[in-house]
Amino acid sequence: MTRFLIPGLIFLLLAGVLYVGVVQSPNKSTMQSALLGKPAPAFDLPTLDDPATRITSAQLAGRPWVLNVWGTWCVECRVEHEVLMEIAGQRAVPIVGFDWKDDDDAAKEWLRQLGNPYDVVAVDKDGRASIEFGVYGAPETFFIDAHGIVQYRHVGAMTLDIWRREFLSRLPKQALP
Amino acid sequence: MIPELGHFTLILALILAVAQTVFGLVGASTGNVRWQAAVRPAVAGQFVLLSASMGALVYAFVTFDFSVVYVASNANSALPTFYRVAALWGAHEGSLLLWGWILAAWTLAVALASRNLPEAFASRVLGVLGFVSVGFLLFTLVTSNPFERIIPAPADGRDLNPVLQDPALAIHPPILYMGYVGFAVAFAFACAAMLEGKLDQVWARWTRPWTTLAWAFLTVGIALGSWWAYYELGWGGYWFWDPVENAVFMPWLVGTALIHSLAATEKRGLFKSWTLLLSILAFSLSLLGTFLVRSGVLTSVHSFAADPTRGLFILAFLVVVIGGALALYAWRAPLLKSPAGFEPTAREAFLLYNNILLVCAAAMVLVGTLAPLIADALRQPALSVGEPWYNTMFPVFMLPLMALVAIGIHAGWKRGQLGRSRLRILLGLGIALVLGLTLVYAGYGPGKWLTPFGVVLAIWIIVSSLFDPIDRLRRKLTLPRAVVGMTIAHIGLGVGVLAISTVESYTVERDVAIAPGESVVMGRFAYRFDDLEAVEGPNYDAVRARITVLKDGKPVATLNPEQRNYWVQRQTLTEAGITSLWNMDLFAALRADVGAGRWSLRAQLRPLIDYLWYAAGLMALGGIIAATDRRYRTRPLAEEAAAAERAGASPA
Repeated sequence: MTRFLIPGLIFLLLAGVLYVGVVQSPNKSTMQSALLGKPAPAFDLPTLDDPATRITSAQLAGRPWVLNVWGTWCVECRVEHEVLMEIAGQRAVPIVGFDWKDDDDAAKEWLRQLGNPYDVVAVDKDGRASIEFGVYGAPETFFIDAHGIVQYRHVGAMTLDIWRREFLSRLPKQALP
Repeated sequence: MIPELGHFTLILALILAVAQTVFGLVGASTGNVRWQAAVRPAVAGQFVLLSASMGALVYAFVTFDFSVVYVASNANSALPTFYRVAALWGAHEGSLLLWGWILAAWTLAVALASRNLPEAFASRVLGVLGFVSVGFLLFTLVTSNPFERIIPAPADGRDLNPVLQDPALAIHPPILYMGYVGFAVAFAFACAAMLEGKLDQVWARWTRPWTTLAWAFLTVGIALGSWWAYYELGWGGYWFWDPVENAVFMPWLVGTALIHSLAATEKRGLFKSWTLLLSILAFSLSLLGTFLVRSGVLTSVHSFAADPTRGLFILAFLVVVIGGALALYAWRAPLLKSPAGFEPTAREAFLLYNNILLVCAAAMVLVGTLAPLIADALRQPALSVGEPWYNTMFPVFMLPLMALVAIGIHAGWKRGQLGRSRLRILLGLGIALVLGLTLVYAGYGPGKWLTPFGVVLAIWIIVSSLFDPIDRLRRKLTLPRAVVGMTIAHIGLGVGVLAISTVESYTVERDVAIAPGESVVMGRFAYRFDDLEAVEGPNYDAVRARITVLKDGKPVATLNPEQRNYWVQRQTLTEAGITSLWNMDLFAALRADVGAGRWSLRAQLRPLIDYLWYAAGLMALGGIIAATDRRYRTRPLAEEAAAAERAGASPA
């Protein structure tokens, strides 16, 4: 009789392993980034508003900031955009956008139509700056602390849940909205 | 409007699936005939509604309705029509819809073909299938709705992943799912038998053709995937033991065990509880495969939009379906008695050995696939087993299995009486040794140490398969489809083992950086890089190389490998140039521009690799022929039951 229970017991064990796997899977994309705990790569890019003005990593030093890599050709970015607008409304932390391998006019049109959640948008036309950050697909979002250290990386569309859990929680307490 | 209609019919289909489950299962256990009579209409309705949902999504793709998120994510205005239809199953949401639709199609087939089954039993089978359908439709609607809108609509879509823009891969998922989902039928038959607490040889006869058909589809589906990997990924390999491949291979191994165990159950009333367990396992592994591929727990590249709610949902569904079935098994299986014994050289015994080896092989693949997760759960450092694990372990199970096939084919039921077949066994082995060793040592030259074993065993299986049909023809006996199918499938197995053995040992490969005008020499063959030209496709541009293959200095073929640059996804893909000769493939892949006019080129000679796809074709063909054997179709039930009583020495 008991031997007929064995398959079920093995399955329960397996289900346990799978459960752990599922619960941990959202953290996987962070673990893969070699940059975590390391200084953010330096960059020097033109801004979308005015190609003559440049935005550099040095200008951002001294306070925490969030980097969001996006493009108008990226459908998930479209899905994410509403969330970013809501996040930007909280004004908790500056958001820097990397407009990745994109057409400038399309990007301006996009921000005019859907609203602009970014404090500043850097144009990463050839994608090199994003590659320095280890980006392999848009959207991706990074949290960089006041010392310029990459603390968190999120792959895929941002959600309010992840924003609360992984980004807001990393801000100094007094900065919270 | 149309996408909303598709969404609406999907919801209605879910409601009918619930009705199908309740009417089927409750109707059968309470003996309510009117409830049972409502099951088949619910099945038919569900199929029609899901077809409408599929149609709505296809319509959205064909008309470039980019306000549907799924269309915008997986198509582009430059994507050719054929791929816009195939894009339906190009990503998660559409794949699930396809899964549900194929399940509805199988269920409809069962509903139509089960009219001469006892009504209560058929109701239970359809009820269980309805339950599986409820789970999948609910999953689709709650976590993965393919009809979701995005307003305002993007001007253009993100395009279908370029690696999926290929004819073989476009038809690969539906055929694979036909196999995957087909095992749900065997699963439902097993659950119905357990619910009734009764399992006899007639049950096995009902179950067999469905299982064999599903297995045949799965075989073709796997082969198509492997073929695609071979010429599209540009590495020249055909199997990588990657988690997604393993996810389809495990159900195939267990399914192979199941169709053999069913043979013993049908012919001799043996292995009843074992057959039940395999029916549950084959479908469980299909579900597990879906889980692994869809939840993103394993392959980090696929975890792109990994959403833990999706993973948890499938896991909960897995626990309910598989856990429920295994609990039912623990409760009911002890009641089943297998009557007769058999000798250790009887056909039953060989089928048992076959089953043990196949299940062990599947367990080995499972352990390898889940190793990273297990290490994770135990808080151990990341661990992943690669090809060496599989390439070492797989032959450990497969070589003994091959020898057992070659001998076991000759064994009779109940008493093996292998002594009578001694001549056939020795003759077959003799022919195999002479041909095999000649081929290895005189034809190709010594390779890996496993090669001669693989080649000899492969030829032995082919020769062994032929004795019985030839004997029947000579004695002017009938040649039932079951025997023809089995023979063809076993020959397919031999051909496949032969192909793998030679490919693994005798592939010649060169990676070179080469400029136009130069050549790379491989034995009697030389690849001459003539020139490069720019070409343009519908949604990509490419450079195409012209490579003339010379054999002994004479041109035999021209290869045109390409490197394609897809515009929308900004992805570069290699398109291998392949020409098949009767005994080998000439393969070239253009890999990268290394500067100074040189290109890195992968050149290969792959002996007998095409026979691997032919082998899969033979196995599937054998399965289809065997599944359409007369005895599954014509005999009335009473006679069938009587025949099962006296079942004796008839062939599988």
